[in-house]
Amino acid sequence: MRSRRFFVIGLLAALLIAGVGSFYASSHPDGLEFVAGETGFLDSADEPKTSDSPFADYQTAGVEDERLSGGLAGVVGVGLVLVLAGGLAYAVRRRGGSSEPTD
Amino acid sequence: MHVPDGFLDAPTSVVTGVVAAGGVAVALRKARGELDDRTAPMAGLVAAFIFAGQMINFPVGAGTSGHLLGGALAAVLVGPWTGALCLSVVLLVQALFMADGGVTALGTNITLMGLVGCFTGYAVFRLVAAVLPRRTSSIAPAAAVGALVSVPVAACVFTLLFAIGGTAPVDTGAVLTAMVGWHTVIGIGEAVVTGLVVASVVAARPDLVHGARHLVEARELEIRRAAA
Repeated sequence: MRSRRFFVIGLLAALLIAGVGSFYASSHPDGLEFVAGETGFLDSADEPKTSDSPFADYQTAGVEDERLSGGLAGVVGVGLVLVLAGGLAYAVRRRGGSSEPTD
Repeated sequence: MHVPDGFLDAPTSVVTGVVAAGGVAVALRKARGELDDRTAPMAGLVAAFIFAGQMINFPVGAGTSGHLLGGALAAVLVGPWTGALCLSVVLLVQALFMADGGVTALGTNITLMGLVGCFTGYAVFRLVAAVLPRRTSSIAPAAAVGALVSVPVAACVFTLLFAIGGTAPVDTGAVLTAMVGWHTVIGIGEAVVTGLVVASVVAARPDLVHGARHLVEARELEIRRAAA
C-alpha cells in the first residue's frame, strides 16, 4: 500500500471513531472511576481545573445537538493530537530519511 | 484510567510529575533512534488514533466500562520511547482541553499510561515475540499479550501510588483487588483492539511497524521483478 493511501485511511479511521463512533460508546464509569466509587474514594476527586474548556467532557460548548457536540470535540482532539505528536516526531527525528538499525 | 485531581496528595503528585518529566526528557532523546522521515508521520497517526480509541468506552459488566489505553499498541507500532511521547501528547490534550484526567495528575497519568503502559507492553511483546516463530504473523498476537498484561500492571502501579499518597482513608487491599480484577477484564478488550490494529498495519505496511522491523528488513534484501 502506498504511504499516502495508508495515512489517509488511518486518519479517516481515527476521525470516524472520534467523530461518529464515540457517540455510541458506553457511558458507564471506567474501571478506575468504578473502583473509586465502590471502595469509597470517588469523593476525593476535585472538580477538573479545565472544566471551563470549550471541549470539556468531550462536548463542544454552545453546540446543543449531543451527537454533533461530541463529534466535533472528538475531531478537534484528533486534529490537535495529530499536529502536536506529528510535529514533535518531526522535530526529534533523524534527518536524511534512511533508517538505521536502532537496537 | 485517567486519574483526576485530588485522588493523590501533593507530594505524590510532585514525585510522579518529576518521574514523568524525566521520562519524557529521556524519551525525547531516545525517540530519535526510532524516528526518521518515513516513521515520523506514523507517530502523529498513532497518537491521533489512540486519542480516538480512548473515546470508545466498551462495557465490561456491572455498570463498568473500559477503553483502550494504547501503551502497548503505540510501543509496538512506533517504538516504546516514541510511544511514550505519543501517549504524553494524548494525555496533555485530554487534560488541558477535554477535562479528562487532572492537570495536577498529568504526571501521574503520563507515568501510568505512558511510561508503565508502553514499557510493560513492549517488554512483554518482546518476550512473547522471542518464543513465537520469527514471522510477521507473530507480531499481532505478541502485541495483544503485551496489551493484556500492561493494563493490570498499570492498575497495580496506581494502587501503589494510592497506598502511598491516596487522600481518602481506604483499605489498600480492597482497592488492589478491585483495580486488578476490573483491569484484567479491560485488558482483554485492550488485547483485542491492539491485536486487530497491529494485524491490520502489519498486513498493509509491515515496514512501518517498529516491532516487525527486524523481520521486514531481512525480507527487503530479496530482489523481485515487478510482476504486474
